[in-house]
Amino acid sequence: MVDAVRLLQLVINGAAAGCIYGLIALGFVLIYKATEMINFAQGDIMMLGGFFAFALIAHFGLNYWVGALLAIALTAAFGFALDALILRRVIGQPQFAVVMLTLGLGFIFRAVAGITWGYDSVGFETPFTNRTVKLDGLVLGADNLSIIVGTVLLCAVLYMFFSRTRLGVAMQASSQNQLAAYYMGIPVRTVFSLIWAISSGVAAVAAILLAPVSMIDVNMGFLGIKAFAAAVLGGFGSIPGALVGGVIVGISEQMSGYYLPAGFQEVTANVVLLGTLVLRPQGLFSDALRKRV
Amino acid sequence: MRTLFRTSYQHDIRLWRHGGDVFWYGLLGVVLLLIPATLGEFYVGELGGVFIFAIAGVGLMLLTGYTGLVNLGHAAFLGIGAYTNAILLHAGVPFVVTLPAAGVVAALAGVAIGIPTLRMSGLYLAIATLAFGAIVGTVLQKWDSVTGGFDGFAVPTPTIFGWPVEGATGVYYLSLAVLVFVLWVGANVLRSPIGRAMVAIRDSEISAQSMGINLALYKTVAFAISAGMTGLAGALFAHYVRFLAPDSFDILLSIQFVTIVFVGGLGSLHGAIFGALFVRLLPQAIAMVRDDLPFGIGRMPGLEPSLFGLILVLCILFEPAGIYGRWIKTKRWFQEYPLHRRAAKRRQKTYARSERLR
Amino acid sequence: MSLFHAQDISIRFGGIRAVDAVSFEVEPGEVFSIIGPNGAGKTTIFNLISRIYNPTSGRLVFNEQDITTTPAHRIASLGIARTFQNIELFANATLLQNLLIGRHCHTQASFLAQLGFLPSVRREEITHREKAEDVIAFLGLERYRDTLIANLPYGVRKVVELGRALCTEPKLLLLDEPSSGLNLEETEVMGFWIEDIKKDLGITVIMVEHDMNLVRQVSDRVMALNYGRMMALGTPAEVQSHPEVIRAYIGGEA
Repeated sequence: MVDAVRLLQLVINGAAAGCIYGLIALGFVLIYKATEMINFAQGDIMMLGGFFAFALIAHFGLNYWVGALLAIALTAAFGFALDALILRRVIGQPQFAVVMLTLGLGFIFRAVAGITWGYDSVGFETPFTNRTVKLDGLVLGADNLSIIVGTVLLCAVLYMFFSRTRLGVAMQASSQNQLAAYYMGIPVRTVFSLIWAISSGVAAVAAILLAPVSMIDVNMGFLGIKAFAAAVLGGFGSIPGALVGGVIVGISEQMSGYYLPAGFQEVTANVVLLGTLVLRPQGLFSDALRKRV
Repeated sequence: MRTLFRTSYQHDIRLWRHGGDVFWYGLLGVVLLLIPATLGEFYVGELGGVFIFAIAGVGLMLLTGYTGLVNLGHAAFLGIGAYTNAILLHAGVPFVVTLPAAGVVAALAGVAIGIPTLRMSGLYLAIATLAFGAIVGTVLQKWDSVTGGFDGFAVPTPTIFGWPVEGATGVYYLSLAVLVFVLWVGANVLRSPIGRAMVAIRDSEISAQSMGINLALYKTVAFAISAGMTGLAGALFAHYVRFLAPDSFDILLSIQFVTIVFVGGLGSLHGAIFGALFVRLLPQAIAMVRDDLPFGIGRMPGLEPSLFGLILVLCILFEPAGIYGRWIKTKRWFQEYPLHRRAAKRRQKTYARSERLR
Repeated sequence: MSLFHAQDISIRFGGIRAVDAVSFEVEPGEVFSIIGPNGAGKTTIFNLISRIYNPTSGRLVFNEQDITTTPAHRIASLGIARTFQNIELFANATLLQNLLIGRHCHTQASFLAQLGFLPSVRREEITHREKAEDVIAFLGLERYRDTLIANLPYGVRKVVELGRALCTEPKLLLLDEPSSGLNLEETEVMGFWIEDIKKDLGITVIMVEHDMNLVRQVSDRVMALNYGRMMALGTPAEVQSHPEVIRAYIGGEA
C-alpha cells in the first residue's frame, strides 16, 4: 500500500533536485546548440556562482535579493569573458579538444575557489531556509518549493527572451546557421559569448536556489554529471526537454533511494543516462539528424 | 636531413624506418634494463608506475587517437583488470594465468560497453562512457563480498614459475616487459588491416562502410583491444599499489588517462609514453619545487590539480599536437637547420566541422 | 543476363518520394549514365545501390543475387564500389593508406594473426601493396603516394577517390559526378580513364553526371530522371533529343 503523503514528498524532493539538474542541463544545451561545444565546466561555474553569492551575502552583508542578482550578473560576466578570451580560440579543433579544455578549466576553477574560500562547506541566509508551507494538511519545505517555483519562473523568462526579443531570436538564428546569421548582420561571435553569459547566469541561479537545501562547497560541481543525464534524456537540442529530463532524473533518484536496496540511488542517474543513450539517443524531444552524401 | 630510400615493400611494413631507429631504440632498451641497478628504489618505483600508465595510455590511444572513439570511463577497465587479477591470485590461481585473465575479462567489459555505444558518436559517446565508468566504479565499491568494498583488498605477491616478483624492481621489469609487448601488438595493429579500418572509421564512417568495413565489428574490436591492454595494466597496477581501494578507479583517474593521450600527442604510440611520463612525473616535480615557490604558493592546497588543469588548457590552446608533436617539430628544426622554415610549424587555420552530421 | 537490375525501386523520406518506381538494367561491360536536374534522385539511387539507404519498395539484383537487404559493408566484397559526390576520403591518412583501405574487402587474415603480425599477414600486406601500386600507376599518382589527403588539391583528390574504388577490384563501379570541380583538361583525362576502365579492366560503370560532353563521350546508354521518376532511357543521342528531357532542362510551354 503506497503511502500517498510519502509519495508526494518523494516527488517534490525529486522535482526540486531535478530542477537543479535541469538548470545545469539548460546551460549545457544552450552552449551546445550554439557552438557544439560541451562545457564540462558548467557544474564548476555553478559552484563559482554559489561562492560569489556567498561572498556578497554572507561576507559583505548585502541583502539576499541584491546579493543574488549581483552574483548572477558577476557569473554571467565571467562566462562571457571565458568565451571571449579562451574558448573562441579553439573553434575548429576537434570536439575532443574542447572537452579536454573545459575539463582542465574545471580543475582550475576548483583550485581557485579552494584557495579563495577554502575547502569547507559554507552557506548563507536565505528567505527560504528552514521555513515550511502548510497546504491542506501537508507540510512542505519552503526551500524545495522555492527551487521549483524559481526554476519555472526562470524558464518562463528565458522562453520570453528567446522567442520575443531581437537578441533572443538572433541567438536562435546563430545556433542554427552561423553563416546565414553573419549574412543578416548578426555579430555571431559576440552572440555566442552572450550565450555563454546566459548559460553561466543560469548556473548561478541554480547555485542560489540550491543554497537553502545544501551547502556550497568546492566539489558541488560534480552535480554536473547528473545534469548530463537530464540533458540527454531531454534531447540535447531541446531547452524544455532539459528541464523535463532533469525532473525525471530527480524523481527517479528519490524513488530508487526509497524502494530499492542501498547503493542503487547513486547509480540511478548514470543508469538512466546509459539507458537513454542506448534505447532512444535523441532523447524524448529531439529529432535525429542525418548527413547527406 | 635524412631521405628515406625505400627499395622494397618490407621497408614500408617493418617497424623501424632506418638503421638509426634501431640504434637509438636499442640504446634506450639497454638504459632501461640497467636503471634498477643504478637508481634508487624510489625512482625505480616511479618508473614502474609510468610504464603501467603508459600501457593503459596505449590502449586508450588506439581507441581514441586512432579509432576516434572518445572514452571518459577508461579507469573502469583498469579497475576491472586490477580486481580480476587480485581476486584470482587470492584464490590460488598462478600469476601466469591471472595476468592474461585480467586482460581477457577487461576485454569482455570493453565489448560490453562497445556494443550499446555502436551508433553513438562524439558527445553522446563521451557521456555514455562517462556513465559507464561511474557505474563500474560504484559496483566495485558496493560489491563488498567480492571486492572487499571500502575495506580494500590486499594484493598477494605474484610468483612466476616459482620466482617471486618482489618489490619495486620486480614491478619495474614486469611492467617494462608488458609495455614492450603491448607496444609491439599496437604497432602490429597499426600496420594491419585492423589499424587501417580504425583510422577509416575515425575519418569517414560512410565511406569506410563502402570499402567493406563492418563498423559494428571494428568498433567492438577497438574497444576490446583497448580494454584488454588496459586490463593488463590494471593487473600490474594491483601489484604497484599492493592494496586496492575501490574509489581509486574514478572519473579523476579517467581524466588522467585522457590527459595522457591528449598531452602526449593524439594519434601516435609515442604520445602514450610521453603522456604517461608527464602525468606521473608532474606531481613529483611539483613536490620537489613546492617549498621553493614564492608567495607561499607551494603551501596552497589544490596546487596539483590546478597546475594539471592549467597545463592541459595551455596545451590545447597552444600545442594541440601534444608533447610528441613538439618533439617532432624540435627534431625537424635540428635536422633542417639553417634551412628550417617557420611556416612549417604554423598551425593551419581549421574550420569547425559539424560533428552532428558525420 | 544483365549484371545489375533495379526493379521498381522506390524510397520515401517522409512525404517526399525521392525515387519513385525506377527500373533499369545494366549490361556487363557497358557505361550507363544517369542524368537529370539537381534533386532528381540520382545520388539517392547510388545510396540505395550501395545500401546506405533502405528502399521502401522494389528489388535490387546484382550478379543474379538479391541485394535489397544486404548490409552496407558487404557490398564491397560482392563487387560493387562507389565514389562520392563530395569526396569522402580519409583526410588524416596518406594516399597510399587510403588505397590500402580500399583493399580491405580482400582481407583474409584473422584478427589474432593480425595482432601478432604473422607471416601470412605480411604476405597479404605485400600483395595489397602490389595491387595498390598497380592502381597508382594506372592513374599516375606516384608523386603523391605519401602525402596526406588533407594536403592534396581537389583535382587530385577526385582521382584518389576513383583509385580507392578501383582498389576493391569491383565488377560494378558507381561514379558520382566524377567531373564536378574539374577543369576541361582534367575532365578530358577523366573521360579517358573511364574508357580505359571499361575496355582494359572490363569493369561495368554506372555514372551520375551533369557534363553532357562527358556523357556523350563515354556512355553506351543513358537514363534521365526527374523528380525521382524516369523520363527517358536509351542511347545518348536518343535521350538528349527526348522532348520530356528537353522540357525538364530548358523548360517548355506552360
